Amino acid sequence: MSLPKEYDDLPGTIVFDADRARQGYHLNMFCMSMMKPENRAAFKADERAYLDRWPMSEAQKQVILKRDWNGMLEQGGNIYFTAKLAATDGLSFQQIAAKMAGATQEEYARMMIKGGRSIEGNRSKSELKSRG
Amino acid sequence: MARIVAGVATSHIPAVGAAWDNGKTADPYWQPVFKGFERSKEWIAELKPDVCIVAYNDHMSAFSLEIVPTFAVGCAAEFPISDEGWGPRKVPPVKGHPELASHIVQSVILDEFDLTIVNRMEVDHGLTVPLTLMFGQPSEWPCPVVPIAVNVVVYPVPTGNRCWMLGKAIRKAVESFDQDLRVVVFGTGGMSHQLQGPRAGLINREFDTRFLDNLTKDPRALVNISHLEYLREAGSEAIELVMWLIMRGALDDRVREIYRFYHVPASNTALGHIIFENTRR
Repeated sequence: MSLPKEYDDLPGTIVFDADRARQGYHLNMFCMSMMKPENRAAFKADERAYLDRWPMSEAQKQVILKRDWNGMLEQGGNIYFTAKLAATDGLSFQQIAAKMAGATQEEYARMMIKGGRSIEGNRSKSELKSRG
Repeated sequence: MARIVAGVATSHIPAVGAAWDNGKTADPYWQPVFKGFERSKEWIAELKPDVCIVAYNDHMSAFSLEIVPTFAVGCAAEFPISDEGWGPRKVPPVKGHPELASHIVQSVILDEFDLTIVNRMEVDHGLTVPLTLMFGQPSEWPCPVVPIAVNVVVYPVPTGNRCWMLGKAIRKAVESFDQDLRVVVFGTGGMSHQLQGPRAGLINREFDTRFLDNLTKDPRALVNISHLEYLREAGSEAIELVMWLIMRGALDDRVREIYRFYHVPASNTALGHIIFENTRR
């Protein structure tokens, strides 16, 4: 049995631990391959064919093809890897952060300029729930 | 003998590097950020350190999921700049200090820290953005750098206390190095930020202010902050703040706070920056 993970109570947050690193190994290593220009070109030319070179699950391939940024994290992805895919798409960290937060980039940027997302109500899942 | 004369902590936000590289330092959004480092640039230009030891994290550029070292010391003579997906930053390659790095490895491992020795490594924004902020855009960096790469990406990452102790071991190593070098230690990353998931954009100014205050006055109050507390209170990527404790651990218990700067937002992040000097420069 693995140890219980106290951080599972954090709302809207996936902690990338050794279990997730194992689950998402190929997904993340695919993202890492986007650091080479020739791989970026091959991926852009035929995304599906490029993904099929990697021993990923179909669910993992689907979240990548759909650019479901939260879905990639749920499938074992980590933000520092998925950011390399974002860079390949010409997207900044802030643009994918907005998508993961379910906001338009304008809304998200405005929230940041106003001081960012408040910690109040965001400390734990139970705190979120009790606020209804 | 070598000695540590000062410490610098700063965030290493990639968008800050991109703003610099794309000539946007005068944009209304970025201007306050770069203005906040003007004093710091003057300070370090006047101090002229012989070497900088930079605790930073690789964002899966040099390393990958194949091998995840907890603490890795760059012992190479030169560290090329990574292509993080948008081409390498157009900054000079980072020159190492292989003799000091090897001495740190020798001393710190015998001090019971199991460091990873790295003889070939690219460096990413985690290391180059702090250099840009402090040194601007020289044709080559003004001094060699010993990179200390810390895993803060794959949990479990080292504890704050372990980082603090590593800082102390690095100090001991520096002070037993037989060259007359004045060394500045950098801790990079932070402050509060979360880059992932529905809670992305989290900022906690109170947490950050308390952290900066204690870093100066009572750093021992910070070393036992748990991973869960960083994650919960300051966002999932705020765990980078443990690297600031390496820097602080390497300094005197009592230091002079020379300068402090805090700004929200820089892209997704609360940018924090602080400079300390040991009593004897």
